[in-house]
Amino acid sequence: MTFALTPVLTANWGTPRSWTLASYRRAGGYDSLRAALAMEPDALIAMVKDSGLRGRGGAGFPTGMKWGFIPQGDGKPHYLVVNADESEPGTCKDIPLMMASPHTLLEGVLISAYAIRANQAFIYVRGEVLHVVRRLLNAVEEAKAAGFIGHNVLGSGFNVDVVVHIGAGAYICGEETALLESLEGFRGQPRLRPPFPAIEGLYACPTVINNVETISSVPAIVRGGAAWFKKMGTEKSPGFKIFSLSGHVARPGQYEAPLGITLRELLDATGGMREGHELKFWTPGGSSTPLFTAEHLDVPLDFEGPPAHGSMLGTTALQLFDETTCVVRAVLRWSEFYAHESCGKCTPCREGVFWYVQILERLERGEGDEQDIETLLDLSENILGRAFCALGDGATSPVTSSIQYFRDEYIAHFDGRGCPFDPVASTVFAGASA
Amino acid sequence: MSHSSHNHGEPNGLPTVTLDPRLSPGATLADPLSDDAKARVRELGAQVIARYPRARSAMMPLLYLVQAEQGYVSPDGIKLVAELLGLTTAEVAAVSTFYTMYKRRSCGDYHVGVCTNTLCAILGGDAIFAALKEHLGVGNAGTTPDNKVTLEHIECNAACDYAPVVMVNWEFFDNQTVESSKELVDRLRAGDLPMPTRGAPLVTHVETSRVLAGFPDALVDEGPSAGAESLVGLELAKERGETAPALESKDPS
Repeated sequence: MTFALTPVLTANWGTPRSWTLASYRRAGGYDSLRAALAMEPDALIAMVKDSGLRGRGGAGFPTGMKWGFIPQGDGKPHYLVVNADESEPGTCKDIPLMMASPHTLLEGVLISAYAIRANQAFIYVRGEVLHVVRRLLNAVEEAKAAGFIGHNVLGSGFNVDVVVHIGAGAYICGEETALLESLEGFRGQPRLRPPFPAIEGLYACPTVINNVETISSVPAIVRGGAAWFKKMGTEKSPGFKIFSLSGHVARPGQYEAPLGITLRELLDATGGMREGHELKFWTPGGSSTPLFTAEHLDVPLDFEGPPAHGSMLGTTALQLFDETTCVVRAVLRWSEFYAHESCGKCTPCREGVFWYVQILERLERGEGDEQDIETLLDLSENILGRAFCALGDGATSPVTSSIQYFRDEYIAHFDGRGCPFDPVASTVFAGASA
Repeated sequence: MSHSSHNHGEPNGLPTVTLDPRLSPGATLADPLSDDAKARVRELGAQVIARYPRARSAMMPLLYLVQAEQGYVSPDGIKLVAELLGLTTAEVAAVSTFYTMYKRRSCGDYHVGVCTNTLCAILGGDAIFAALKEHLGVGNAGTTPDNKVTLEHIECNAACDYAPVVMVNWEFFDNQTVESSKELVDRLRAGDLPMPTRGAPLVTHVETSRVLAGFPDALVDEGPSAGAESLVGLELAKERGETAPALESKDPS
């Protein structure tokens, strides 16, 4: 193994009652808030800029730069909104973080709100995780009682309120402008940009929207400093990151490691694929990032690596599938997901993903032909870059990348007998139920 | 709308639909909210609205509050939310019908969601969903005749390392098999409630909705910090004696 695991965000997940304020404080929790409140807000923004922290929600935008876009002295209220709507297929890092240690996020929220001079923050959490909602609501109450939230926090003169806003089942609300619409009490449909949220976000006021993992990294940066943070990761992608390993692997789970590790290194360290099977295809960061194959095991998993090979880092949701898996079935199911979650606002996405499903269903039944592959590619060209938001773009990823790497497998479906794979063989209980 | 009495005479553009009782026992879409229920929603609703800089932001929690009264968002519930926010019923219905967690007809005590997004589906979610449909004798979004279980296939619930995943009232039941999930629904129907893998003892769907409106019950300290899969990386790091760079040490360069 050529890399060392770097548990920072995950470090306290195994501690008894880790979700409580008492447990969090025993490990130095909220010391960073105290330190931050003694600094000038601009110095905090500069520190986060220096650290090189980039957005952990998928896009990798430099966090300090995003904060720097907020106009200061404009007389308008500023808002901090945390995107905790984790719903990208394969992504499963923020939910365990908020379940185990909601105060890590909350401390980050308070520091970040202070830095951008926001007196109101929202945590927009998806609704389908009841116990995570309980833990977040409780953390906010505990922090209020301890004087970390409210009027004149720790005697600093800083006033802040935090509201946990609970979603109701819509993937599109992970898109930042759709999230704002939803938070304002509307259907979650994306807004045209510009204006960008930094200028006109929530209630048309300057707003920073960051992912859970991004904001949760802030207390550690305040504690350790920018130079410490940059000891991990690569020059352009510094820091630690939670890699979520799932699928046909020996030891699925959450691994916190420096950016820039490779899937080969991670598999070598964790026992590889399930016994007797080999890797066929994988997503580097959720279903919206184009598929990789075993050829890509040595691609560095940082913000530069996957794009150099036709994909994206995304949310580092590594979903691995072995040779028992039919790629057409996998892509059909993802397309059904995008069709279900398309908000309907723009034609390329609403219509395009609908036709994906029709065509892929036919292919999976064995009733397709060569022309269907061309139609899928043509549709993809008409969605990518033409959809209103990234949902449509993301929907094209599994389709085009699977045709690129597995065209022969599509063709193997043409003989009229339907899918050549046995779905039982790809289940985790394949051996047990035989 | 200039004539408000007209508003009361009509169901505000929402057609009165009579449901097939076999699909949704005991429920019609014309179910009225009781006066007690309305009083409760008004009281809690005022607290919800006070959380936000602008009232309309309270839309989603208010919809959860009315769902907490009836198990779904009824036309009467929509009317009440519209009244509390000073909106038309059409404006509220436009929102409530956009989000899948607001139910449009009565839901059983236990909402059972089987993840059939790609990864869970392939690892066994498809087989589990098919088996449960047959076992319970219901289709997607169907409710058992005892009104205990509503079965639905759901999208990715952010627990892929625990696949295949089944959610009951949005609590995690991890690493399921066909057999374990059949036993799970049998126990739900028998009132012998199983504990979630990561979460608190189950509450009913109606009680779930109240928590989701931001009114927590007292169950936060139940359940573990994390499941086994969430901790594998941390354990591996301990095994190997690996940590993040020490905070005390200054940059050697």
